Amino acid sequence: MMHSQTANNFDKNARAAIADPVLQGALQNLATTFGTRRQAAITTVPDWEGSREAARSIKAEVLQNLDKYLEAFADNAERNGAKIHWAHDAKEACSIVSGLVKERGAEMVVKSKSMLTEEIHLNATLEAEGIDSVETDLGEWIIQLAGETPSHIVVPAIHKTKTQIAELFAEKVGTDRRADVDELTATARRILRQKFAEAAVGISGVNFGIAETGSILILENEGNIRLTTSLPKTHIAVMGIEKLLPRFTDLAVFLELLPRSGTGQRLTAYQSIITGTKRTQNDEGPEELHIVLVDNGRSKMLAHPVTRQSLACIRCGACLNACPVYRSVGGHAYGAVYPGPIGAVITPQLEGLAKAKQLPYASSLCGACREVCPVKIDIPELLLHLRAEITEGAANGVATKEKVARRRGESLAFRLYSSMWKTPARYGFFQTIARTAQRLVARDGRVGKVSGFAAAAAPPLGAWTAWRDAPAVAPESFRDLWKRDLKSRGGAQ
Amino acid sequence: MNVLRRAGCEVEFDERQTCCGQPAFNSGYRKEARGFAERLIEIFESSDADAIVSPSGSCTAMIKHFHELFPDDERWRQRADRIAEKTYEFGTFLVDVLGVKSFDAAFEGRIGFHDACHGLRDLGIKQQPRELLANVDKAELVELPDSEVCCGFGGTFSVKYPEVSVQMADRKIRSIEEADIRAVVSCDSSCLMQLGGRLSRNGSKVKAIHLAEVLDSHE
Repeated sequence: MMHSQTANNFDKNARAAIADPVLQGALQNLATTFGTRRQAAITTVPDWEGSREAARSIKAEVLQNLDKYLEAFADNAERNGAKIHWAHDAKEACSIVSGLVKERGAEMVVKSKSMLTEEIHLNATLEAEGIDSVETDLGEWIIQLAGETPSHIVVPAIHKTKTQIAELFAEKVGTDRRADVDELTATARRILRQKFAEAAVGISGVNFGIAETGSILILENEGNIRLTTSLPKTHIAVMGIEKLLPRFTDLAVFLELLPRSGTGQRLTAYQSIITGTKRTQNDEGPEELHIVLVDNGRSKMLAHPVTRQSLACIRCGACLNACPVYRSVGGHAYGAVYPGPIGAVITPQLEGLAKAKQLPYASSLCGACREVCPVKIDIPELLLHLRAEITEGAANGVATKEKVARRRGESLAFRLYSSMWKTPARYGFFQTIARTAQRLVARDGRVGKVSGFAAAAAPPLGAWTAWRDAPAVAPESFRDLWKRDLKSRGGAQ
Repeated sequence: MNVLRRAGCEVEFDERQTCCGQPAFNSGYRKEARGFAERLIEIFESSDADAIVSPSGSCTAMIKHFHELFPDDERWRQRADRIAEKTYEFGTFLVDVLGVKSFDAAFEGRIGFHDACHGLRDLGIKQQPRELLANVDKAELVELPDSEVCCGFGGTFSVKYPEVSVQMADRKIRSIEEADIRAVVSCDSSCLMQLGGRLSRNGSKVKAIHLAEVLDSHE
């Protein structure tokens, strides 16, 4: 099962994903659909680059003054009737939520899609406490039925095909195996409506919190969030401390950027702005609103000027859709809640480098993520920063045994490369050796598959030539050519 | 070298230079990368050349990144910046600096251009090589549908996760084969090694060649 994969097995997970033709088909569709839609949607914004700049500077302002804005947010939210809770880590956040649910005697809660609740593994805690937590986003409900985890930040069941879902529904809720999409969604709607009517508590995430008003904003397309946050008597909103915006008017630019970047929509079908609880008995909405503010490693990211930008992320998923690595292996290969380029950056920071040491390397550094990011996060820069932390950590001896062992060979290789290529004499020497050695493996000016002794002696050569030919070192090097011929030809012709 | 001379440049090659150190930098070995950077900066400083030209976008981009290797050393940062300012990728140098858009070159057949990631996203190379290729006699430049998508090389990525790297190459190669071209052209030797290596292994007739090879061709 996919969710048993860990962030330290990217290589194995990726191999399995590549060998899965059904997944490959789904990923191919994702890339073309979302990429094209996003491209069309951003052309409707007169100054897309300007909006990105503006959003990034608002986020920078928030992060620089996070303490101030958190306080203002908490004060204003409580003034409007909300109750604020502070959670230092995942465990604390889960116990606050499950405590609130139990106090209200609820055995079942409805939940809307939220990456933060995935991050803190809220459903597992609730389940352990005997509380039935029902996901109400269609994609989330599908993977909950399947016992899986989301493989995408925005479209959690993107790895599943219509046929797989029909079979899953047949097994779990008794629909016909040949049911079409309309039948499947109608069934989901019927079952989930019943849950909404019964639930005493609704749990949601938060897209943006507004410091000056204490409001929260949640975006969606299915209407299930509107129901989750308004039908049950108690609404619990779980919110990362980085989700703040200073002013209500700041929403304008973020609402321009987020739906376009995420799903290629000009605006999502629903935007719920919630400011406190209902004022009079005749109003709609919950009687109680609890907002749980969660740190869970975020303040640590805040500390470093390079890692701080990780907290500007608005979870749109554009970097996943643009990433050729994500598009090759899918979300589960990352073995973590947050997949794709932003996941490769956030996961090692949330869980520690030792637990996710492969992820910073799971990128070709092509920069497609940086190009599409609506808040201009320099993901390649962050990946390089984390790679340097890993190698320097290994060098400083603070690393785990396993990490050191894996690094030893590579770090030796880089020291060797650094010493060999530093002077032209050694460079030439190295080329001569290569030219001699390749007589064993080169045919017609290319190096074919290298295995056995040669691959063992030079593992990267084995890894390269298992699938690709390598160009043979030229019989005469550029340097030799330069000395013999080019140099004497002198200047311009 | 031939192309630059035909464009009217006096070309020097300092034999002391080796590698820009990007493989170390991209793998997190900043100390080792700093050693390469210092060496290259010193070598280039010793020359009175007006411009430094590299046939590879990613090496050029690395030189542009040199200053990041000296966060606490203002003097080295300035030296790095001075070198970076006069360093250009080959195709951009021809078009943007020399203003040359056409060469007396001929290359029979359809050609496609692959935008190398560092060139495209770090250096803004897009139209320059296309302009040059469009003016090559007998050549027909076709736009590849996913020309901006990474070839999957990614330095050590290509040997750390070879299956993923090759999967990425194969997706590109599918569109290369569908475009029915004779050669895929790029301005980065690493992409050419990746695409060329995989094309060759697949027994494809399509060649992966450098922009300079086309501009120096007379067939």
